[in-house]
Amino acid sequence: MEPINKSIVQSALDGFLNRDVYLHLETTNGAYAVHRKESNMTVGAYIRNGRICFERGIITGEGPYRVGLKIDLGWVYAEGLTDFETDQEGRLLLAGHDQDGRLAVALELSLSPFEL
Amino acid sequence: MEQHVLVVFPHPDDETFGCGGTIAQFTKSGVPVTYVCGTMGQMGRNMGRPFFANRESLPSIREAELEKACQAIGIQHLIKLGLRDKTIEFEDPEQLTDRVEQILKEVRPSLVITHYPGYAVHPDHNALGDVTIRAVSRLSVRERPIVYAHAFALDCQDILGAPDIINDISAVSEMKLAAIRAHRSQSQVILPRLGNGQFKNPSSKNSYSHMLKRESFWTYHFS
Repeated sequence: MEPINKSIVQSALDGFLNRDVYLHLETTNGAYAVHRKESNMTVGAYIRNGRICFERGIITGEGPYRVGLKIDLGWVYAEGLTDFETDQEGRLLLAGHDQDGRLAVALELSLSPFEL
Repeated sequence: MEQHVLVVFPHPDDETFGCGGTIAQFTKSGVPVTYVCGTMGQMGRNMGRPFFANRESLPSIREAELEKACQAIGIQHLIKLGLRDKTIEFEDPEQLTDRVEQILKEVRPSLVITHYPGYAVHPDHNALGDVTIRAVSRLSVRERPIVYAHAFALDCQDILGAPDIINDISAVSEMKLAAIRAHRSQSQVILPRLGNGQFKNPSSKNSYSHMLKRESFWTYHFS
């Protein structure tokens, strides 16, 4: 992955418009957040292979970045994104990393299901 | 003298950080060790430092790291359960227990090492530890291996008392360190805290300060 280039990410998002898209969305502060006293709560959530179709998808911010995808009945949102990659399979991988390179948030789009 | 050790943990690196020295002691003295690894740690947040993995490449990277770590501490037999990181507690425990029981019957270990259910912090640790204890308890008392349970919840000593098994692993610390290094994506963040195998600040109370010196377990008592 490399630091987000907004215009490349924007055109990648445009490539997924109005198509059936598989979504991986997650955020985490680590399974040991409380144990290591880095936080008073361990929080995390992920959805893998949610199928969505969005009519509008925008990246904003000056870094870290935010992405909003407008779907038929609602929104998909991620904040804190720092790095991106478009891989050989045409997937768009976005992630937010902390100062230790640890993943804190990820938003990924693919035209075929993500591996389990 | 043990004849065969079966280690059951959910993530690649649990075998190394928690009991890599103990495993190395066994394999070095000729005792075979089989490792049952539940998942590929697909949802880990450590990606290397500087990060070189991403959410999609992480599973295969960690699988390769695991093979290398097993080599470093002499594990010759690796069984991958193929579960998904963070989901073990949501699976049907009976089905998982059947699988572990089957492995117990094939391997016939004299000692099992797993996480102490309820005292191992990560939900996957507690869930797979529980499954393993259930599987062992299905065996007749005569067939049952000894179980060393690994616990590290902050309050575990208050509740369980002091661990009864304390292994001095300093003689095999280099083997353990090699396995820690093999788990590159997961260990690079903490490696700066190790210098030439010695901890820079041995008096600090962080969870790494005894990692190359000793490993502790509670012998599990079946009711």
